[in-house]
Amino acid sequence: MTAGLGKDLTGLEHLSPDQIRLVLDTAEPFKEVSERPIKKVPALRGKTIVNLFFEASTRTRISFEFAEKRLSADTVNVAATGSSVSKGETLVDTAKNLEAMRIDMVVIRHPSSGAAEFLGKRIRSNVINAGDGKHEHPTQALLDLLTIRDKHGKIEGLNVCLVGDVLHSRVARSNIWGLIKLGAHVGVCGPHTLMPRGIEELGVTVFPRLEEAIEWADVLNVLRLQLERMEAGFIPSLREYYRVFGLTPERLDRAPRPITIMHPGPMNRGVEIDSRVADGPHSVILDQVTNGVAVRMAVLYLLAGGRPELADAAQRGGGPE
Amino acid sequence: MPRSPSDRTILLDARAMSRALQRMAVEILELAHGTDDLVLVGIQRRGVELAERIAKLIEKDEGVPIPRGALDITLYRDDLETVGPKPVIGETRLPGDLAGKHAVIVDDVLYTGRTVRAALDELADFGRPKRISLCVLVDRGGRELPIQADIVGKSVKTGPGDRVDVLVEEIDGRDQVDLVRGEGG
Repeated sequence: MTAGLGKDLTGLEHLSPDQIRLVLDTAEPFKEVSERPIKKVPALRGKTIVNLFFEASTRTRISFEFAEKRLSADTVNVAATGSSVSKGETLVDTAKNLEAMRIDMVVIRHPSSGAAEFLGKRIRSNVINAGDGKHEHPTQALLDLLTIRDKHGKIEGLNVCLVGDVLHSRVARSNIWGLIKLGAHVGVCGPHTLMPRGIEELGVTVFPRLEEAIEWADVLNVLRLQLERMEAGFIPSLREYYRVFGLTPERLDRAPRPITIMHPGPMNRGVEIDSRVADGPHSVILDQVTNGVAVRMAVLYLLAGGRPELADAAQRGGGPE
Repeated sequence: MPRSPSDRTILLDARAMSRALQRMAVEILELAHGTDDLVLVGIQRRGVELAERIAKLIEKDEGVPIPRGALDITLYRDDLETVGPKPVIGETRLPGDLAGKHAVIVDDVLYTGRTVRAALDELADFGRPKRISLCVLVDRGGRELPIQADIVGKSVKTGPGDRVDVLVEEIDGRDQVDLVRGEGG
């Protein structure tokens, strides 16, 4: 019996290439559901999902919520502020209390690396990591992979470069795992101060200058520059960052081939990316957002179903013809 | 699990299947009083191929295009936990709004009726057809729901351990319907 996704999705580091492809392939038919006059299928009817967000998020939370609702699940949003979390309740206590109300799944975003895995080991419900500290953001990387596959028809053999604050980016980490597993060549480019030590050991090429990355890449995934990084002294100023690492049409004009432009959002226009690039003909930034819903539907569906012993029983007879 | 060849009998060979489809096409025209408002909807996977075949037969006789669609009912099944860890969800595409249309669902085998129940639910989310009919190549009995086909290519009595294999040229390389008797069959 080949494995599905298992109980939780905490990251891409421990998924196999086949498991990643399973999510991408399952996401394909879910794209069509969002184009229907009634954007809803009953696949997760009766399932209760809690979106537990200990960090601010607009896009990811809304994307998960759409995915859940389009699968007919019942959803509850819990934000850290204004809940018992702000009264000092621990993460596990919060989750156990929710579980006592008979929930089925938890989507968690948390500032601590490893929070999703920690929780998954302690509760029966399925846990999906919606971003944990500097660790991983698996559904973002999966939607990035799907968008690259849509645009180029494949992932294997492509040169994909992540640009910007790789050091603090869980999006970068998940992307690196996923891209390498699916056979892409991965590059990273950004200021020396925002590059993790020893990242080459993952099999990643480091480009100190953006011009070199543009020369090499088929795809550039431009990371959001967290403004707090400037205050913490990692970069001298936003203007300086834009001058050296800002993705501008002038820089892209020197590329030997058209480069697909991605950004996980929210964008700082005029800092890491110029508006003319973000809105340009090779930008797939809004396709990423559309694909996000389909990918999250696929992940929810795969985690909610997929009990091999029942599937075997159904194969032997008793299932629909 | 390998079975001995004696377990397998041919219900329809390629020529018998072709005649059955021809007859089903005529019956659909009678049922729908012509081609106005007619839409054929095949259920993934082999129902889609059969719907395509029947649509072409009708087009040849009537000289008008027959709109057709494909329906994958996986997301409407009532047994999510038994779909397996690696479900394959096929394409769903319908030719526009179904309101006021006569939709004919086409599938290869009618058995428990649960697939058709799911298909009816799914179609309802695409509009309000004035009528929905059911057309199957093989009715093997064994219903678990109050669902009947309007048009049947071939009826056969089967037991729960039996299997009906429908092969179509487009997917399997040849046209044939086999009945595979299981234990106690």
